[in-house]
Amino acid sequence: MADLVNLTIDGRAVQVPPQTLVIDAAKTVGIEIPAFCYYEGLSLQAACRMCLVEVEKMPKMMTACTLPVAEGMIVRTETEQVKQARKYTLEFLLTNHPLDCPVCDKGGECELQDMVFRYGAGESRYTEEKVHTPEKQFSPVVFFDAPRCILCFRCVRICNEGMGVNALGVINRGVVSEIAPNVGDHLECDECGACIDICPVGALTSGTYRYQTRPWEMTHVGTICTHCGDGCKTTLGTRNDEIIRGNNRDRSGINGEFLCIKGRYAFDFYNHPERLQAPMVRVNGKLEEVSWAQALEVVARKFDATVSANGSFGVIGSNHTSNEENFYLQKFAREVLKTNNIDHHRTGDVVTLLDAMSGTKSQLATVADLYDRKAVLVLGADLALEHPLLSYQIRANYRHHQAHVYAITPGEVREDKYTVASIRVGGGPASKKGDLGVIPGKEVGATTSGPGSHPVGGPGVVPNAEAGAHFDPVNGPGKATGSPTGFVVPANVKSITGNYFDALESLRDQLKAEPELVILFDDSIKGADVRALVEFAESLGIPVKFICLVDYANSRGAVDMGLTPELFPGYKPTGASGMHVSEMTGSDLDVLWVVGANPLKGAVKRKAGFLVVQDMFLTETAQQADVVLPAASAYEKSGTVTNTTGEVQQLTRAVNTMGAKPDLEIMGFIAREMGVAGQLGPWVANVVFEEIRKNVRGYSLPMPVIATGGAAQSMPVNGRIAVDDLSALVHSDHNGLFASGTLGRYSKVLNSVLESHLSR
Amino acid sequence: MLFNEPHPLETRVLTRRFGKPDTAAIEGYLADDGYQGFLKAAKMTPEQIIEQVKISNLRGRGGAGFPTGMKWSFVPRTSPKPKYIVVNGDESEPGTCKDRVLIENDPHQLIEGVLIAGLAVDAHAGYVYIRGEYRYLIDVMDKAIAEAYAKGWLGKNIQGTGFDFDLYTHTGAGAYECGEESALLESLEGKRGIPRIRPPFPAVAGAFQCPTILNNVETFCAVPYILREGGQAFADLGIPKAGGTKMTCLTGHVNRPGVYELKLGFPVKQMIEEVGGGMRNGKKLKAFIPGGSSCPVLTASELEGANMDYDSMAARKTMLGSGGVIIMDEDTCMVKAALRIMRFYAHESCGWCIPCREGTTWLKKILTRFHEGQGTRTDINLIGDIAKNMLGRTFCPLGDAAAMPTISIVEKFRDEFEDHLNGKPCAYEPAGVVTV
Repeated sequence: MADLVNLTIDGRAVQVPPQTLVIDAAKTVGIEIPAFCYYEGLSLQAACRMCLVEVEKMPKMMTACTLPVAEGMIVRTETEQVKQARKYTLEFLLTNHPLDCPVCDKGGECELQDMVFRYGAGESRYTEEKVHTPEKQFSPVVFFDAPRCILCFRCVRICNEGMGVNALGVINRGVVSEIAPNVGDHLECDECGACIDICPVGALTSGTYRYQTRPWEMTHVGTICTHCGDGCKTTLGTRNDEIIRGNNRDRSGINGEFLCIKGRYAFDFYNHPERLQAPMVRVNGKLEEVSWAQALEVVARKFDATVSANGSFGVIGSNHTSNEENFYLQKFAREVLKTNNIDHHRTGDVVTLLDAMSGTKSQLATVADLYDRKAVLVLGADLALEHPLLSYQIRANYRHHQAHVYAITPGEVREDKYTVASIRVGGGPASKKGDLGVIPGKEVGATTSGPGSHPVGGPGVVPNAEAGAHFDPVNGPGKATGSPTGFVVPANVKSITGNYFDALESLRDQLKAEPELVILFDDSIKGADVRALVEFAESLGIPVKFICLVDYANSRGAVDMGLTPELFPGYKPTGASGMHVSEMTGSDLDVLWVVGANPLKGAVKRKAGFLVVQDMFLTETAQQADVVLPAASAYEKSGTVTNTTGEVQQLTRAVNTMGAKPDLEIMGFIAREMGVAGQLGPWVANVVFEEIRKNVRGYSLPMPVIATGGAAQSMPVNGRIAVDDLSALVHSDHNGLFASGTLGRYSKVLNSVLESHLSR
Repeated sequence: MLFNEPHPLETRVLTRRFGKPDTAAIEGYLADDGYQGFLKAAKMTPEQIIEQVKISNLRGRGGAGFPTGMKWSFVPRTSPKPKYIVVNGDESEPGTCKDRVLIENDPHQLIEGVLIAGLAVDAHAGYVYIRGEYRYLIDVMDKAIAEAYAKGWLGKNIQGTGFDFDLYTHTGAGAYECGEESALLESLEGKRGIPRIRPPFPAVAGAFQCPTILNNVETFCAVPYILREGGQAFADLGIPKAGGTKMTCLTGHVNRPGVYELKLGFPVKQMIEEVGGGMRNGKKLKAFIPGGSSCPVLTASELEGANMDYDSMAARKTMLGSGGVIIMDEDTCMVKAALRIMRFYAHESCGWCIPCREGTTWLKKILTRFHEGQGTRTDINLIGDIAKNMLGRTFCPLGDAAAMPTISIVEKFRDEFEDHLNGKPCAYEPAGVVTV
């Protein structure tokens, strides 16, 4: 680039793009300018004064975190004056800091410890009494110890700017200033815990992790969250075969450091007391625990007998199991059990999208696209609740790049705060809530906030230069109008009685003027609607990328791996008929084999002659089984999963649960017991994945990327997928932030937070 | 009405209506040249108005002394955004009590000044931000604004000039920090009163991120005279580079404390001896603070030949500041004075940046201990050292404001600190008693 700025930092020549801050410019040449309040991606504060540096020709020291580079600038970061300033700023900080490092959760990974060690004075001159206030519990997962707080305001910003929740603020002033929750003495928020992870000291601590261990005693395992379809990397801290905490502080993975409550805390289902740890076989009408060998034999003999007798099989797969397991399962069903009755719960119409897209210029978007594309259109979903990572990415895109965001949804969504246009449509599934992720009927902040006031997170930061133009001093932010409820309806939100396509048409001219667009849609758009949507996108004449939203960790992978009667792995039509989930549960098959799913609940009762269930818990389906095989969770196995954007990532085994086995292993053992193991191949995840890479269209992915914990997007299938329109089978569970299908019921954390009860 | 008896040595420009009947009401104001400056300005171009303000050598009266005309010229008049006029009436600097008398005795003078500023930058809305503790002034101001609307001096098409202007009052919640312009704007917008990062300056991105003129009450009050009588007439009242008069709040140990309007460049000695009626009880002067508690203190000997103006005070390494003169006589304990000042800053630090938040409280604790006779010799150096480590390193000038008087007191009155050592009782009051 020709227009780089040249400057000198500590005598070293530095070249960086214009507008780079000095603190970041220094990083490019390996010079650390210490800071607490500066945090990449969040608004600038200049509050901690740690980053003061000398700049030639400036009378005073400047904060490197707010100073943009200038041509010929000469910066010094290691002069006596600078060192002195750092030393005394740390001394100031420690005056009221309790220095209880030996019992503090943060000890060992505390930024204040590190800074004092490197830049601080050896001893303190402070002999006065310290300010003390008792510890507070903001929520089951967030505790706050005010004396440890150094008031860097990172938590306030990540909550407001990053999460769009604004649940934390500051009360009092001066030395007794304190971080405080949004509702009296407690939090009503996403309970994501981002504030805890971003805290440089031990002021905000996690309700599940506190006093459990020291950071250096843990092993850190990077794996993929097993809850929603966004595929966040979560780094599990384990000790003695126990998961102690989840976070992603190393910013590896597609989610950077983002995690919602599920990724950060809801791993806790894995050691729920009701977790199955021994196989069970129905004896005299009662399920009784038996050995693995006995259980496997019962299953294998029954399978053998049914195959020999030309009996009927049904196989229902899972949205949670790995690609390898799904691939192996369909192979097992089709090659050994000779049945095409194989299906899973479909949560998004991926098949129609891929078919409709073939031959067009449209592409599939990645999670990263949501952060840097110029415009985003959300159809149907309440992203902040159902796909928190995607929502976070779009918010960050708006904050950093002023992306144009459009939302066409049945209810109020968090995106409304900054959309160019939000349209409420009459249709859409009734289950959609009209709230902002917290409590129905309680309007949280956003209703009074228009585009004029939103993004200003701290003093002086003007992410949107035109923001003020909307302000009307009489009516408040936005050209607001009164609504019947008394709330101010922002000017960017309007309601129509029509459907999604009426709304799309009304936006046509605006969308056409965008340089590019990413469209996200959930199960409100399926079948012919998907085709119409792709057609609409094509007619805009701009590059469009799509994301078909699906529910669970491997919902996308289940379709990709051919867990449907009409498609083989890689979307090759089978041309043969087979039963769907409801047909299988509704007919009296000889054998029904359910792997990691719970189809027989509510009014749906077992009809099959013999029912084999592989699951972690004694679900409604498992309770009706003849044989229950205890399965390992995603955190207890290796393999790959494919997220809602088609990005494939690797699971890494973090812990083991005694008695439970990965589904792949269970299937392998059944195959061995039946004597067909040779035909199906080894039940080892990476061997199966190798087979997938070679044989499944779109999955010839770069192994080095995946094996090192990266994400590689599976290629869209180029070519028509000639199958019947089965979109009627597609329905999403619309799990909010505090639910995760059957799995969510077994997470203590998800059930303990106030919001999970209020939002039901 | 809150004002003291005027003194013959005063030059009554801003206060000239004080004491006359009905001046706080619009009738009284109109009867006495009221709104004439505005009518004159309405016939001028914005450039001409700003030119007159530049000629007047009016400098910001809030304390920093920035040339007002120049500040106004920074506002991008052609910006498509609305522009705002904001009046800083958050008078909180200890020793300062001038804005309250200006608002209480002559609120229309302020409104007229705001209207003229509106003409100068094409603004059509303004806010008078009034200190939280000045509750009663909100009523005064609201009444004046209502009168102005009723008589057509605010609102649409003011007096047929085609100029529209709306004016609102807004109250602070009692935070010294909100007198800092950017914190005031945050507070005005309904947020926590913490300062903003600058640039951008309010002239470019002020209230609601729109171009904004933000000046002190006294500054706006000077504007009607400048337009009515011409910038040169105002400039001629003062000295070169600093035009007009300064509202001076004479407080402390003088016989006639009060608010006096003195020409810039008025000799300090004359101010104390004649305007202030001399030192109380014939005592000797020990310390002198020229413009509110943020300024470094001066000793009696440093006051030789000093005048009340920006340069004369700068030459003595202090500031004219807000005009809050504090006079301390020989019976004053300077340790206690330092403590009283630091108690204020520790209480008022907004908590935003570390050196100010922690430093002020630390200093307060040491000074309290020291005054109680529990100080050690190392504390004396520590006090100066802490203050020096705050100076120039804080986010906004509040930290400097706390550090500067402390440094000057420790340096200039070190012997008094020594006298407090070893448990010795304070020479000026009974031991162990801290009545601050």
